[in-house]
Amino acid sequence: MLNIDSLQKGIVIDHIEAGMGMKIYDLLKLDELDCCVALIKNARSSKHGKKDIIKIEGDITIDFEILGFIDPNITIDVIDDGKIVEKKKLVLPEVLTNVIKCKNPRCITSIEEEIDHIFRLCDSEKRRYRCIYCEQEYQA
Amino acid sequence: MKHVIDPLDLSVEEIDNLLNLADDIAANPKKYAKVCEGKKLATLFYEPSTRTRLSFEAAMLNMGGSVLGFSSADSSSASKGESVADTIRVVSGYADICAMRHPKEGAPMRAARYSRIPVINAGDGGHQHPTQTLTDLMTIRRKKHTLGGLTIGLCGDLKFGRTVHSLIKSLARYDGVRFILISPEELRVPDYILEEVIKAKNIPYQEVVDLEEVIGELDILYMTRVQKERFFNEEDYVRLKDSYILTEAKMKKAKPDMAVLHPLPRVNEIALEVDDDPRAAYFEQAQNGVYVRMALMMTLLGVEVC
Repeated sequence: MLNIDSLQKGIVIDHIEAGMGMKIYDLLKLDELDCCVALIKNARSSKHGKKDIIKIEGDITIDFEILGFIDPNITIDVIDDGKIVEKKKLVLPEVLTNVIKCKNPRCITSIEEEIDHIFRLCDSEKRRYRCIYCEQEYQA
Repeated sequence: MKHVIDPLDLSVEEIDNLLNLADDIAANPKKYAKVCEGKKLATLFYEPSTRTRLSFEAAMLNMGGSVLGFSSADSSSASKGESVADTIRVVSGYADICAMRHPKEGAPMRAARYSRIPVINAGDGGHQHPTQTLTDLMTIRRKKHTLGGLTIGLCGDLKFGRTVHSLIKSLARYDGVRFILISPEELRVPDYILEEVIKAKNIPYQEVVDLEEVIGELDILYMTRVQKERFFNEEDYVRLKDSYILTEAKMKKAKPDMAVLHPLPRVNEIALEVDDDPRAAYFEQAQNGVYVRMALMMTLLGVEVC
């Protein structure tokens, strides 16, 4: 089995659905960090058979809100001095900007250049979002 | 900067104030003849409209202001590929207020984000049409002296009919309202209006196909046209366009004080014979549209009668 050193200080994004790690890496723009980042694909998981994990070393601030939309089962552990000091709870973000695209052909987003695709949470229980322009629904 | 993109951009109190002002304008038009002197309205109409555009223009001219603009996308810089964001940034330097109609839903909201002048949504695709809603509310209030406690029948194209969506959202804020939604299966009110407006507020409603079955219960009958321009498929339009035709025979089953509204233009959904019925309120409604747009522009421009 591949070994990745334990973190002394940093963040572990765990229980990522296998295959989604790279997408999350891109969404969180981890390529822009100059600290040590490990993306582990297909790690063994007792629950799901396999999973992806991302480990980020150092004292960094990342906006994890988007992960609540991608997969609420993801866990985020903040590590300090080699121990988990905080487990962040994921919630659905109120607003999604350029995460999903409006597919309504009647929406202004279908023709306007450089327009942000913005969705607002309208029902957190049913995980439903609406395009702010045309109110087209998107279910997460 | 206040914009009016969605009818809910205005609170119930703001709507009351607007309707009071519109009523006063209707009663004393001369009092307001110069209130917008020196002000310019830009009418940015990316799709054809007679009534709404002329109503906005008449409203501004009635107040002593002036009007500039275009009446189709072909005669605007949109035909050269200019974005809505760029157009409004330019127009903000030419006019004091703008009314925008656009075939794409959300275009006026996009404009509002870049505008330095108040933007009024004059209809965005099948989505919202707040000034028509204000017109409808003014007409209902003048006919029934209240906006609460009414049974409102909405009939025809309830799927693409933007005036219907806006009116439901607005009336849902008044107590005691009940909706009867009359449409063919294919043109029913979208689920999100049912779920997030009507059901969310526990408003009593019925969905029916037959107008005659319910016409006797209504205080207001709001007729709509099945709009050809909202269909991607001509066959569907042809099949559904004659779903409802209101005739005097059907009016005989209605309450003696029911009011018939229609955002106009009509095609054949209200027979000409109904025009002479005292319950026909749609031409008065079109006239009210001018008063309420005057009131709205006065309010957004922050001008008052001296």
